[in-house]
Amino acid sequence: MAAPDAPAAARPQLPPARPKGRPPRRSGNSAALLLIAPSIVFMTLLFGWPMVSGILQAFGGPEGLTTANFSRMVQDPYFWSSVGNTLLLIVVMIPIQFVLALAMALLIRAKPRGSSAYFYIWAIPLAVSDLAAGLVWLTVFTDRGYLNSLLASFGLDPVSWLAYDNYPSMFGAVLIAEVWRATSLVFVIVVAGLQSIPKDYEEAAGVFGANFWSRLWHVTLPLLRPSLQTALILRTILAFQTFAVALALTGQNFPLVVGETYRWYTGLQDPNVASALALVVMAVSMVTAVGYLKLLRDQSEAPR
Amino acid sequence: MSHATTSQATEPAARPGPEVDRRPLARRRRNRILLQAACILITLFMALPIYLIALAAMSSRQSLQKFPLSFIPDNFSTETMQTFLQSTGILGGLINSVQVGVFTLVLSLIVGVPAGYAVARFAFRGRDPYQLFLLFTRALPIVVLSVPLAQLFLQTGLYDSVLAVVLLHTALALPTTILITASVFLGVPRDVEEAARIFGCSPLQAFLKVVMPMAVPGIAAASIFTFVMSWNEVLGASILTLNQRTLPAQVLSSLAESPLAYRFAGGFLLVLPALVFIFFMRRYLTNMWGSTIR
Amino acid sequence: MADISIKGLHKTYPGSTELATNNVSLDVAEGEFMVLLGPSGCGKTTLLRMVAGLDFPDEGSISIGGRDVTYLPPQDRNLSMVFQSYAVFPHRMVRTNIAFGLMMKKVPREEIERKVRWAADLLQLSPYLDRYPAQLSGGQRQRVAVARAIVMDADVLLMDEPLSNLDALLRLDFRAELKKIVQQLGSTTLYVTHDQVEAMSLSDRVAVMKKGQIAQLGSPLTVYEEPADRFVGGFIGSPPMNFLDGRITQQGALEVAGQNTEAPEFLARAAARTGGSPVMVGIRAENIAIAERGTEGSLDAVVEVVEPLGHATLLTVDLGGQTVKVQVPSTVRVSSGDKVGLRFDPAALRFFDTETQLGLTA
Repeated sequence: MAAPDAPAAARPQLPPARPKGRPPRRSGNSAALLLIAPSIVFMTLLFGWPMVSGILQAFGGPEGLTTANFSRMVQDPYFWSSVGNTLLLIVVMIPIQFVLALAMALLIRAKPRGSSAYFYIWAIPLAVSDLAAGLVWLTVFTDRGYLNSLLASFGLDPVSWLAYDNYPSMFGAVLIAEVWRATSLVFVIVVAGLQSIPKDYEEAAGVFGANFWSRLWHVTLPLLRPSLQTALILRTILAFQTFAVALALTGQNFPLVVGETYRWYTGLQDPNVASALALVVMAVSMVTAVGYLKLLRDQSEAPR
Repeated sequence: MSHATTSQATEPAARPGPEVDRRPLARRRRNRILLQAACILITLFMALPIYLIALAAMSSRQSLQKFPLSFIPDNFSTETMQTFLQSTGILGGLINSVQVGVFTLVLSLIVGVPAGYAVARFAFRGRDPYQLFLLFTRALPIVVLSVPLAQLFLQTGLYDSVLAVVLLHTALALPTTILITASVFLGVPRDVEEAARIFGCSPLQAFLKVVMPMAVPGIAAASIFTFVMSWNEVLGASILTLNQRTLPAQVLSSLAESPLAYRFAGGFLLVLPALVFIFFMRRYLTNMWGSTIR
Repeated sequence: MADISIKGLHKTYPGSTELATNNVSLDVAEGEFMVLLGPSGCGKTTLLRMVAGLDFPDEGSISIGGRDVTYLPPQDRNLSMVFQSYAVFPHRMVRTNIAFGLMMKKVPREEIERKVRWAADLLQLSPYLDRYPAQLSGGQRQRVAVARAIVMDADVLLMDEPLSNLDALLRLDFRAELKKIVQQLGSTTLYVTHDQVEAMSLSDRVAVMKKGQIAQLGSPLTVYEEPADRFVGGFIGSPPMNFLDGRITQQGALEVAGQNTEAPEFLARAAARTGGSPVMVGIRAENIAIAERGTEGSLDAVVEVVEPLGHATLLTVDLGGQTVKVQVPSTVRVSSGDKVGLRFDPAALRFFDTETQLGLTA
């Protein structure tokens, strides 16, 4: 940016570093439209149409538009506990995942011996579904599972970790399984973010007297903000969709909102209420994403 | 005649320097050990559950009844896995899952690669709204699509078919495929393509002979990613099918009434591909999540 | 402010078999401006990074102001540094960028403000204090990097090719400004560059490095005029020094391209003992003059290329099969193909051993 009042000796020469990646432009509207047309048609059919019909379904009843589906949804005894469980899970899980993922990414960046093997193992859960994660941790938490076996070998009494009346341990089991499964996503995003930060910034901070924690707080974390923001939005939206891990671990004992949709559709065979629930999930996801964007943007623009 | 000064000759007049302080070195060595310990701890947390489910799935039904369970593989048996694979709907589910995955992959490439190329190379009007639209669709929960799609498919006769699940999964994978392939194509220098044109290729030839070969590794990674997504997707597949279940949908629907051994075997079979996928994709992971998926 | 004493540094990077620095020893006096000069890969940046604590040596020691810092992490060394990439923090405004080191040192607020204002004035950054680096030009970002370094009152100021990312014109401007600022501060400075003009113009002393070792250490003029070996002579100066295959005959004459001129006495004496010996002759382009063919003491040559440079004219001439660069005043009119005589300034002739390529002196 050539400031008009730039001092003579500092003739602005270089353009400011642009964010990389803008492709060289070439006009070609018709060719481009031809290339993207199939995707637009496809997405309209498979996103647009179902969205519209989903909204109609949620408000649909035997005699025209109604909010009856929503009242049935709200009156269901499982609804509020599923909302509560989902929110509690997200509120507790997300901070744990981010701290853990950040620590993991910093460990990898320190290049310990065997770091590529570590990276592989730590990334494996990225390709594990929440159903599979639930089943994996079922081997640990089930009554005659590995955790109780371990306790028994120390002469301790087994605990019914997943029992209906043991909410804290049930919640803990679901939490651990989800932390295990989904931290990898944040980890990989943060590793990628760290890789894109030139080493110079941290070295400069070190030379100017910053110790490890100051470097992390004053340099690394602020520079990681875009990556963290991406991870936060993605992770939260995905967290709202969690359900099979709880089904696999606890059956119906720990209802989550999307699990309720599944139950309304397959178990209770009521697509209208299922649609209503789906709309709630979507609305909450969207609001969260927008909220994050607003919050994070405001902060980064605030004068220091 | 004498040789001019060299570094040895310029060595300063001996002034006793201070002792070399080796304490920071010791501190650093201790930190490396702590670092390694932390890595091992996290690796245990990440790998132990996978070991345990493999152990459980590879134990006989009898030894799974015992308590406490053994932590070492002392009675290896394929009985549990065999029983699981022979249960109703599992083999069919496995075949369906592979079919759905492969068809999803192919369809999303057919639709997605041209679009990704357009996003990377052309400055068409509406490019930014289009990209925004893609980002938006990525954020849509699967459940929002699945329930209405089930109704639509019931009306059109697609319900309970491999194609139904393929269509849903393609819709889910398409935005990611387009964004990843766009970034892959951005990584292929335009010069190379333009050189091919100068030397007589048509646009299509230039794309097929020059751009594609350079883009193949990245696109392969995107394809694996699509397959993984499809392999893992449970909810949509459960809602859109009744008899033509994919493997996870089959396992989920029979979860309540199945014995523990069945669930362990199912979990293991679902986890197994993850080990392979991530192994092949590990070099691409940071690229894929770093630059494109925003 | 403090002196730097480097003793016997050995460093090999992991995964490499070559020594990045090979037994380097160097003393920088308090307040001295020392330039490390050399081609890429010569170990100059490695040496600087070890002084900064960003890398650690395998062997040897570094002390700053009499305190051993060999293995101390950078934050405990009381340094400041200007990075090649500037490393101006993009998420901090100019003001907090400049103040960064002082904030880390927990300097009182008013003191920080005073110093930031002083540095911003000195570097003409005052109007930009509340901008982010992305809103500045490359040259302005460079100034921020320098301002951040000079507010520190550090023991040692390190600079890693600070001018290499500026374009030519700006570099020239800023070089002089930098020299003025550093002179004013009087701080001990270690400055890395591959640009010999920069090294000459800024330094009190230059350490020319080659393959992990210091090839020559001396004042800029010494290094220019009395290169310790062929490498230094070829690296410093533009065009580089000419090197010609020659011979000292038993009679004590210098024979180049089959023609004789006078040889210095110390070489003539030695040659008289050994019965003549080959020698490499070094001479800079500006120390060769053009004369009439056949003039007494001139060597016959043919002009191949004429390059007018404005302030002078650069000739490429053929001297009995060897190529020689000659710089003549732009008033001299020659054209390619001209047969001329070359006259070497005898005081500017340098001699090197043909085997070791080291300089030969009396």
